[in-house]
Amino acid sequence: MTANSSTINGNAVKDYRSNSLWRLTLRRILRQRSAIIGMVILGFLLVVAIFADVIAPYSPYQVLIGVEDVNKRQAPCIHLLGCPADQPQHIMGIDGNVRDEFSRIIHGTRVSLFVGFSTVGVAIIIGTLLGAIAGYAGGWLDNLIMRFLDVLLAFPSLLLAITIVSVLGKGLQNALLAIAIVSIPSYARVVRASVLSVKETAYVSASRALGGNHAHILFGRILPNAIAPLIVRGTLGIGTAILDAAALSFIGLGAQPPLAEWGQMLGSERNQVFTAPHLVFYPGIAIMLTVLSFNLLGDGLRDAIDPRLRSAE
Amino acid sequence: MIAEVITKRNIIEVKNLVKYYPVLGGVLKRVVAHVRAVDGVSFNINQGETLGLVGESGCGKSTVAHTMIRLLKKTSGTVEFDGKDIFSIKSDELKQMRQNMQIVFQDPYASLDPRLPIGDSIAEGLKIHHLGTKQQQFEQVLAIMKKVGLEDYHAVRYPHEFSGGQRQRIGIARALVLNPKFLVLDEPVSALDVSVQAQVLNLLKQLQQEMGLTYLFVAHNLGVVEHISDRVAVMYLGKIVEITSREQLFLKPMHPYTQALMSAIPVANPKLKKERLILPGDVPSPLNPPSGCRFHPRCPIAREDCKQVEPELRDILPGHQAACHYA
Repeated sequence: MTANSSTINGNAVKDYRSNSLWRLTLRRILRQRSAIIGMVILGFLLVVAIFADVIAPYSPYQVLIGVEDVNKRQAPCIHLLGCPADQPQHIMGIDGNVRDEFSRIIHGTRVSLFVGFSTVGVAIIIGTLLGAIAGYAGGWLDNLIMRFLDVLLAFPSLLLAITIVSVLGKGLQNALLAIAIVSIPSYARVVRASVLSVKETAYVSASRALGGNHAHILFGRILPNAIAPLIVRGTLGIGTAILDAAALSFIGLGAQPPLAEWGQMLGSERNQVFTAPHLVFYPGIAIMLTVLSFNLLGDGLRDAIDPRLRSAE
Repeated sequence: MIAEVITKRNIIEVKNLVKYYPVLGGVLKRVVAHVRAVDGVSFNINQGETLGLVGESGCGKSTVAHTMIRLLKKTSGTVEFDGKDIFSIKSDELKQMRQNMQIVFQDPYASLDPRLPIGDSIAEGLKIHHLGTKQQQFEQVLAIMKKVGLEDYHAVRYPHEFSGGQRQRIGIARALVLNPKFLVLDEPVSALDVSVQAQVLNLLKQLQQEMGLTYLFVAHNLGVVEHISDRVAVMYLGKIVEITSREQLFLKPMHPYTQALMSAIPVANPKLKKERLILPGDVPSPLNPPSGCRFHPRCPIAREDCKQVEPELRDILPGHQAACHYA
């Protein structure tokens, strides 16, 4: 209706940029400093992930024995900081398999962002469906769904993820699946709570009085008005998911070598923390920076979208 | 007048409508009691007239309004619309029937989807029932918006950009776009300030004449009800205590509760000394209503038998019914 309204009937409908709630919300978000900082870091990480092939000087899998005169776990060599110009530059040093650590960190950004978005994406879709149906239907269906999710929630999430990976077999794909499964309950609960409050509003009753069926009311009226807290929860959840995936990889259940994944890189060099600190330091910093960006963005979104939650912390 | 009422066609016939809300208690969430929100209400509405439904907060008038268009499930009783019981028809037939009965809600702030431009809100009914092409729908929306006093360019704006009175006009437009025969007005003006109330009431009257609408007008303000109603039903604690034409009710109220309500209407004349009938006590809880006549603990003329025998709604004068042994 908005699109064709200016031309309809030949009547000159006043040109008017309407302030939809989404636009007002966006304006509020842009006023949150933490959201801005989070978005800047995240934007930087996205650029790094997209242009990883261009930025990385080496292939993340290339073993440099016989190619360059470098040793296993060699310390960083940065020409600008006084490293002799005749030596090849490796700004984050060389890892335990004589590969360029910097290139591996860069390519690890792809893996980690993919991990974050895919697990949370899957968890949100399933969680939203379950939570929305539970909240809207109520009664025994609500009880059935929520008690099942309560069971999932009763286990510590990482422990449950470890169990699922142990059953399915180790590997990044199974780790992602496990992380997605263990985070479904929290999204479902957020959506259910939100749906419960929205479904009592008069505009939902009006929709029913007009003759709208359940699908129309749930997906047309209720969900669009119930997803604000979900966006906040999802953003914060991406950080947690990345951290969980790194933890699973760290203990050897997630990403398998030679894949450049930060948690796996960190885990495989953990015994060398005193002899080659750069191999633990840089992956750690990368994980921290990524998780921090999502947390800052999530906090900012929460303050902008869902002010009720602010006082909780 | 009375003969005229009789010859008019009944559009709504409510018989013994009962709505209890279960109260759950204990660990097992068993039903421990019922809130008797509506307890055996019967009335009819003739085509083209406005029935006012008045009563104080919590007496069940909104529950009646919502139940009779099947927004709530009934506990028992029947509601016939054009001779068909709306509780016994199938869902696709109900969907058809919903085109003929619409509702305007009390709170204009909560009754519009905040994420939809109001043009889309008004068009919702047309979309649900697949009436006409997009272009036709849009033209219909603009037409009904004009009818309720909104401008074309309002269609692309969002609810938070409107005042309370305008939002109520939007709510009325949304209800009328399907061309219904019957409109439930659930306290449509009680959230508005007085000058806007008058505008909306006059709009409703004008629309009724133009479109031949039948109204059920729920309100707690007797002045508003007097302005708009043809007949008035007074509710007390889930029951109708008196129902008659507006003239009769305001001229000669029969039930002691109605008399007390009437004496509470302020008169804009400081010199006129009015005899104020003040009822003792509070409205009893609908969880456990009094025995016999529900009004007897507060009634100035109650006698011993009022405590045991529940008075039926009976004809006291032609076209004037009251539920009191001594009216």
